[in-house]
Amino acid sequence: MTLSALRVAIIVFPGSNCDRDMMVAIEHLTSRRPALVWHKEASLDPADLVIIPGGFSFGDYLRCGALAGRSPIMNAVLDHAARGGAVMGICNGFQVLTETGMVPGVLIRNAGLKFTCRNVRLQLCETLSSPFTAGLTMGEDLTIPVAHNEGNYFADDDELDRLEGNGQVAFRYVNSDAVGPANPNGASRDIAGVLSNNGRVLGMMPHPERAMSKLHGGTDGATFLLKSLEALVS
Amino acid sequence: MQAIVNISLKEGVLDPQGRAISHSLNDLGFNEVSDVRVGKQILLEIDETDPARLRQRVARMCETLLSNTVIEDYSIDIPDEE
Repeated sequence: MTLSALRVAIIVFPGSNCDRDMMVAIEHLTSRRPALVWHKEASLDPADLVIIPGGFSFGDYLRCGALAGRSPIMNAVLDHAARGGAVMGICNGFQVLTETGMVPGVLIRNAGLKFTCRNVRLQLCETLSSPFTAGLTMGEDLTIPVAHNEGNYFADDDELDRLEGNGQVAFRYVNSDAVGPANPNGASRDIAGVLSNNGRVLGMMPHPERAMSKLHGGTDGATFLLKSLEALVS
Repeated sequence: MQAIVNISLKEGVLDPQGRAISHSLNDLGFNEVSDVRVGKQILLEIDETDPARLRQRVARMCETLLSNTVIEDYSIDIPDEE
Protein backbone atom coordinates (compact mmCIF):
# COMPACT_ATOMS: atom_id res chain seq x y z
CA MET A 1 0.00 0.00 0.00
CA THR A 2 1.15 3.54 -0.67
CA LEU A 3 0.53 6.60 1.48
CA SER A 4 -2.06 7.88 -0.99
CA ALA A 5 -4.09 4.70 -0.48
CA LEU A 6 -4.32 5.27 3.26
CA ARG A 7 -7.90 5.91 4.38
CA VAL A 8 -7.99 8.36 7.25
CA ALA A 9 -11.20 9.43 9.00
CA ILE A 10 -11.35 12.48 11.27
CA ILE A 11 -14.28 12.62 13.68
CA VAL A 12 -15.93 16.02 14.07
CA PHE A 13 -17.89 16.99 17.19
CA PRO A 14 -19.61 20.29 17.89
CA GLY A 15 -16.71 22.31 19.29
CA SER A 16 -13.91 20.41 17.53
CA ASN A 17 -11.51 23.03 16.20
CA CYS A 18 -8.44 21.14 14.98
CA ASP A 19 -10.33 18.90 12.56
CA ARG A 20 -9.54 21.01 9.53
CA ASP A 21 -5.89 21.56 10.53
CA MET A 22 -5.51 17.81 10.86
CA MET A 23 -7.21 17.22 7.51
CA VAL A 24 -4.79 19.64 5.83
CA ALA A 25 -1.81 18.05 7.60
CA ILE A 26 -2.77 14.51 6.55
CA GLU A 27 -3.58 15.54 2.99
CA HIS A 28 -0.22 17.32 2.80
CA LEU A 29 1.55 14.09 3.80
CA THR A 30 -0.51 11.53 1.86
CA SER A 31 -1.95 13.52 -1.07
CA ARG A 32 -5.31 12.04 -0.10
CA ARG A 33 -7.96 14.04 1.69
CA PRO A 34 -9.23 12.38 4.88
CA ALA A 35 -12.95 11.94 5.43
CA LEU A 36 -14.52 14.27 7.98
CA VAL A 37 -17.16 12.27 9.87
CA TRP A 38 -19.86 14.04 11.88
CA HIS A 39 -20.41 12.68 15.38
CA LYS A 40 -24.09 11.91 14.74
CA GLU A 41 -23.16 9.26 12.18
CA ALA A 42 -23.79 5.76 13.47
CA SER A 43 -21.30 4.02 11.21
CA LEU A 44 -17.83 4.52 9.84
CA ASP A 45 -16.57 3.61 6.37
CA PRO A 46 -13.56 1.29 6.56
CA ALA A 47 -10.55 3.33 7.67
CA ASP A 48 -6.88 2.61 8.28
CA LEU A 49 -6.66 5.37 10.86
CA VAL A 50 -9.33 7.21 12.83
CA ILE A 51 -8.32 10.54 14.33
CA ILE A 52 -10.16 12.27 17.17
CA PRO A 53 -9.02 15.88 16.80
CA GLY A 54 -8.43 18.63 19.31
CA GLY A 55 -10.91 21.29 20.33
CA PHE A 56 -13.57 21.80 22.95
CA SER A 57 -16.17 19.18 22.08
CA PHE A 58 -19.53 20.05 23.63
CA GLY A 59 -17.95 23.05 25.30
CA ASP A 60 -16.13 20.76 27.75
CA TYR A 61 -19.47 20.40 29.56
CA LEU A 62 -19.63 17.88 32.43
CA ARG A 63 -15.99 16.78 31.90
CA CYS A 64 -13.68 17.30 28.94
CA GLY A 65 -14.49 14.65 26.35
CA ALA A 66 -17.29 13.06 28.40
CA LEU A 67 -20.19 13.89 26.09
CA ALA A 68 -18.21 13.34 22.89
CA GLY A 69 -17.14 9.96 24.24
CA ARG A 70 -20.82 8.89 24.27
CA SER A 71 -21.70 10.27 20.82
CA PRO A 72 -23.28 7.88 18.31
CA ILE A 73 -20.14 7.67 16.15
CA MET A 74 -18.06 6.45 19.09
CA ASN A 75 -19.68 3.01 19.01
CA ALA A 76 -18.31 2.64 15.48
CA VAL A 77 -14.90 3.93 16.61
CA LEU A 78 -14.90 1.45 19.51
CA ASP A 79 -15.76 -1.36 17.07
CA HIS A 80 -12.94 -0.21 14.78
CA ALA A 81 -10.49 -0.28 17.69
CA ALA A 82 -11.79 -3.66 18.88
CA ARG A 83 -10.94 -5.06 15.43
CA GLY A 84 -7.38 -3.78 15.93
CA GLY A 85 -7.93 -0.58 13.96
CA ALA A 86 -5.60 2.35 14.60
CA VAL A 87 -6.93 5.39 16.47
CA MET A 88 -5.13 8.61 17.36
CA GLY A 89 -6.58 11.18 19.76
CA ILE A 90 -4.98 14.60 20.01
CA CYS A 91 -5.59 16.88 23.00
CA ASN A 92 -9.39 16.91 23.39
CA GLY A 93 -9.25 13.70 21.35
CA PHE A 94 -7.01 12.20 24.05
CA GLN A 95 -9.58 13.28 26.65
CA VAL A 96 -12.31 11.59 24.59
CA LEU A 97 -10.26 8.38 24.39
CA THR A 98 -9.78 8.26 28.17
CA GLU A 99 -13.51 8.86 28.68
CA THR A 100 -14.31 5.83 26.50
CA GLY A 101 -11.66 3.72 28.23
CA MET A 102 -9.81 3.19 24.92
CA VAL A 103 -6.67 4.40 26.68
CA PRO A 104 -6.21 4.28 30.46
CA GLY A 105 -6.15 7.19 32.90
CA VAL A 106 -7.81 10.59 32.79
CA LEU A 107 -6.82 14.20 32.08
CA ILE A 108 -7.54 16.65 34.85
CA ARG A 109 -7.10 20.39 35.31
CA ASN A 110 -3.56 21.69 34.80
CA ALA A 111 -1.77 21.86 38.15
CA GLY A 112 -1.01 25.56 37.57
CA LEU A 113 -4.71 26.31 36.83
CA LYS A 114 -3.70 28.10 33.64
CA PHE A 115 -4.41 27.34 30.02
CA THR A 116 -0.99 26.45 28.64
CA CYS A 117 -0.12 27.14 25.01
CA ARG A 118 3.54 26.71 24.06
CA ASN A 119 6.08 24.36 22.58
CA VAL A 120 7.07 21.38 24.68
CA ARG A 121 9.82 18.88 24.16
CA LEU A 122 8.77 15.25 24.01
CA GLN A 123 10.91 12.23 24.53
CA LEU A 124 9.89 9.01 22.87
CA CYS A 125 9.80 6.15 25.37
CA GLU A 126 10.48 2.49 24.79
CA THR A 127 7.06 1.07 23.96
CA LEU A 128 5.30 -2.10 22.97
CA SER A 129 4.92 -2.55 19.22
CA SER A 130 2.88 0.37 17.85
CA PRO A 131 2.54 2.12 14.50
CA PHE A 132 2.74 5.43 16.35
CA THR A 133 6.23 4.83 17.69
CA ALA A 134 7.64 2.25 15.26
CA GLY A 135 9.32 4.76 12.95
CA LEU A 136 10.83 6.89 15.68
CA THR A 137 14.09 6.23 17.46
CA MET A 138 13.94 5.54 21.18
CA GLY A 139 15.00 8.60 23.12
CA GLU A 140 14.34 10.84 20.14
CA ASP A 141 13.15 14.32 21.08
CA LEU A 142 10.32 16.08 19.30
CA THR A 143 9.28 19.69 19.78
CA ILE A 144 5.52 20.03 19.36
CA PRO A 145 3.13 22.59 20.87
CA VAL A 146 0.51 21.95 23.54
CA ALA A 147 -2.59 24.08 24.05
CA HIS A 148 -4.84 22.93 26.86
CA ASN A 149 -6.40 23.58 30.23
CA GLU A 150 -6.93 19.93 31.22
CA GLY A 151 -3.80 18.06 30.21
CA ASN A 152 -2.69 16.84 33.60
CA TYR A 153 -2.50 13.09 33.08
CA PHE A 154 -3.66 11.15 36.11
CA ALA A 155 -3.80 7.46 37.00
CA ASP A 156 -3.12 5.83 40.35
CA ASP A 157 0.37 4.54 41.11
CA ASP A 158 -0.46 0.90 40.45
CA GLU A 159 -1.88 1.80 37.04
CA LEU A 160 1.13 3.99 36.22
CA ASP A 161 3.50 1.15 37.18
CA ARG A 162 1.51 -1.20 34.99
CA LEU A 163 1.59 1.22 32.03
CA GLU A 164 5.33 1.71 32.33
CA GLY A 165 5.88 -2.03 32.68
CA ASN A 166 3.80 -2.74 29.55
CA GLY A 167 5.51 -0.06 27.48
CA GLN A 168 2.28 1.93 27.11
CA VAL A 169 3.85 5.30 27.90
CA ALA A 170 4.62 6.73 24.45
CA PHE A 171 5.86 10.23 25.21
CA ARG A 172 7.12 12.15 28.22
CA TYR A 173 7.74 15.86 28.64
CA VAL A 174 11.49 16.35 28.93
CA ASN A 175 13.83 19.21 29.61
CA SER A 176 12.86 22.04 27.43
CA ASP A 177 14.68 24.86 25.75
CA ALA A 178 11.30 26.54 25.52
CA VAL A 179 9.83 28.86 28.11
CA GLY A 180 8.80 27.32 31.42
CA PRO A 181 9.26 23.93 33.05
CA ALA A 182 9.47 20.73 31.01
CA ASN A 183 6.17 19.40 32.33
CA PRO A 184 3.56 22.01 31.37
CA ASN A 185 0.61 20.69 33.35
CA GLY A 186 1.65 18.56 36.33
CA ALA A 187 1.06 15.26 34.50
CA SER A 188 1.89 12.15 36.54
CA ARG A 189 5.41 10.98 35.73
CA ASP A 190 5.62 13.63 32.98
CA ILE A 191 3.35 11.56 30.72
CA ALA A 192 2.34 13.34 27.49
CA GLY A 193 0.99 10.38 25.53
CA VAL A 194 -0.17 6.83 26.22
CA LEU A 195 -0.97 3.75 24.17
CA SER A 196 -3.70 1.16 24.54
CA ASN A 197 -2.56 -2.28 25.67
CA ASN A 198 -2.37 -3.46 22.04
CA GLY A 199 -0.46 -0.35 20.90
CA ARG A 200 -3.06 0.49 18.24
CA VAL A 201 -4.63 3.47 20.04
CA LEU A 202 -2.61 6.55 20.97
CA GLY A 203 -3.72 9.52 23.02
CA MET A 204 -1.41 12.54 23.26
CA MET A 205 -1.79 16.11 24.47
CA PRO A 206 0.60 17.87 22.02
CA HIS A 207 -0.67 18.94 18.60
CA PRO A 208 1.46 17.49 15.76
CA GLU A 209 -0.80 19.19 13.18
CA ARG A 210 0.47 22.51 14.53
CA ALA A 211 4.13 21.72 13.81
CA MET A 212 3.96 21.03 10.09
CA SER A 213 6.11 23.75 8.55
CA LYS A 214 8.79 26.27 9.32
CA LEU A 215 6.03 28.88 9.36
CA HIS A 216 4.55 27.03 12.34
CA GLY A 217 7.90 27.25 14.08
CA GLY A 218 8.84 23.63 13.51
CA THR A 219 8.25 20.46 11.53
CA ASP A 220 8.49 17.78 14.21
CA GLY A 221 4.74 17.25 14.04
CA ALA A 222 5.05 16.40 10.36
CA THR A 223 7.88 13.98 11.15
CA PHE A 224 5.82 12.23 13.79
CA LEU A 225 2.67 12.02 11.63
CA LEU A 226 4.58 10.84 8.57
CA LYS A 227 6.34 8.05 10.47
CA SER A 228 3.00 6.92 11.90
CA LEU A 229 1.34 6.93 8.48
CA GLU A 230 4.27 5.06 6.94
CA ALA A 231 4.07 2.42 9.68
CA LEU A 232 0.37 2.00 8.93
CA VAL A 233 0.96 1.33 5.22
CA SER A 234 3.93 -0.98 5.66
CA MET B 1 -39.23 12.11 41.46
CA GLN B 2 -36.08 14.07 42.01
CA ALA B 3 -32.63 12.59 42.44
CA ILE B 4 -29.63 14.58 43.59
CA VAL B 5 -26.22 13.35 42.50
CA ASN B 6 -23.16 14.64 44.33
CA ILE B 7 -19.86 14.10 42.60
CA SER B 8 -16.56 14.56 44.40
CA LEU B 9 -12.94 13.94 43.55
CA LYS B 10 -11.50 10.80 45.06
CA GLU B 11 -9.01 11.11 47.87
CA GLY B 12 -5.51 11.47 46.49
CA VAL B 13 -6.62 13.20 43.28
CA LEU B 14 -5.12 16.67 43.05
CA ASP B 15 -7.72 19.43 43.11
CA PRO B 16 -5.92 22.58 41.89
CA GLN B 17 -9.16 24.55 41.93
CA GLY B 18 -9.83 23.62 45.55
CA ARG B 19 -6.29 24.57 46.47
CA ALA B 20 -6.62 27.99 44.83
CA ILE B 21 -9.90 28.61 46.67
CA SER B 22 -8.26 27.55 49.93
CA HIS B 23 -5.44 30.05 49.40
CA SER B 24 -7.92 32.82 48.62
CA LEU B 25 -9.94 32.08 51.75
CA ASN B 26 -6.73 32.19 53.82
CA ASP B 27 -5.83 35.52 52.20
CA LEU B 28 -9.26 36.86 53.18
CA GLY B 29 -8.56 36.03 56.82
CA PHE B 30 -10.32 32.65 57.00
CA ASN B 31 -7.20 31.10 58.41
CA GLU B 32 -9.13 28.17 59.89
CA VAL B 33 -9.56 26.72 56.37
CA SER B 34 -6.97 24.02 55.85
CA ASP B 35 -8.33 22.24 52.78
CA VAL B 36 -10.96 22.78 50.06
CA ARG B 37 -12.28 20.18 47.64
CA VAL B 38 -14.63 21.21 44.82
CA GLY B 39 -17.32 18.85 43.57
CA LYS B 40 -20.50 19.20 41.62
CA GLN B 41 -24.17 18.58 42.16
CA ILE B 42 -26.51 17.36 39.44
CA LEU B 43 -30.28 17.58 39.96
CA LEU B 44 -32.32 15.11 37.94
CA GLU B 45 -36.09 15.13 37.49
CA ILE B 46 -37.15 11.63 36.53
CA ASP B 47 -40.43 9.96 35.58
CA GLU B 48 -40.29 7.23 38.19
CA THR B 49 -42.35 6.59 41.31
CA ASP B 50 -40.38 3.76 42.88
CA PRO B 51 -37.38 5.08 44.85
CA ALA B 52 -35.48 1.78 44.67
CA ARG B 53 -35.78 1.60 40.89
CA LEU B 54 -34.91 5.28 40.65
CA ARG B 55 -31.76 4.77 42.69
CA GLN B 56 -30.71 1.85 40.51
CA ARG B 57 -31.23 3.82 37.28
CA VAL B 58 -29.39 6.88 38.58
CA ALA B 59 -26.48 4.69 39.71
CA ARG B 60 -26.22 3.42 36.14
CA MET B 61 -26.29 6.99 34.85
CA CYS B 62 -23.43 7.81 37.21
CA GLU B 63 -21.40 4.82 36.07
CA THR B 64 -21.93 5.43 32.35
CA LEU B 65 -21.78 9.22 32.08
CA LEU B 66 -22.24 11.46 35.09
CA SER B 67 -19.03 10.53 36.88
CA ASN B 68 -15.63 9.32 35.79
CA THR B 69 -14.96 6.61 38.32
CA VAL B 70 -11.22 6.76 37.72
CA ILE B 71 -11.08 10.02 39.65
CA GLU B 72 -14.56 10.68 41.04
CA ASP B 73 -16.90 9.25 43.65
CA TYR B 74 -20.63 9.81 43.51
CA SER B 75 -23.48 9.67 45.98
CA ILE B 76 -27.19 9.68 45.25
CA ASP B 77 -29.78 11.42 47.38
CA ILE B 78 -33.50 10.90 46.80
CA PRO B 79 -35.33 13.49 48.92
CA ASP B 80 -38.75 11.77 48.60
CA GLU B 81 -37.38 8.46 49.81
CA GLU B 82 -38.58 8.26 53.40
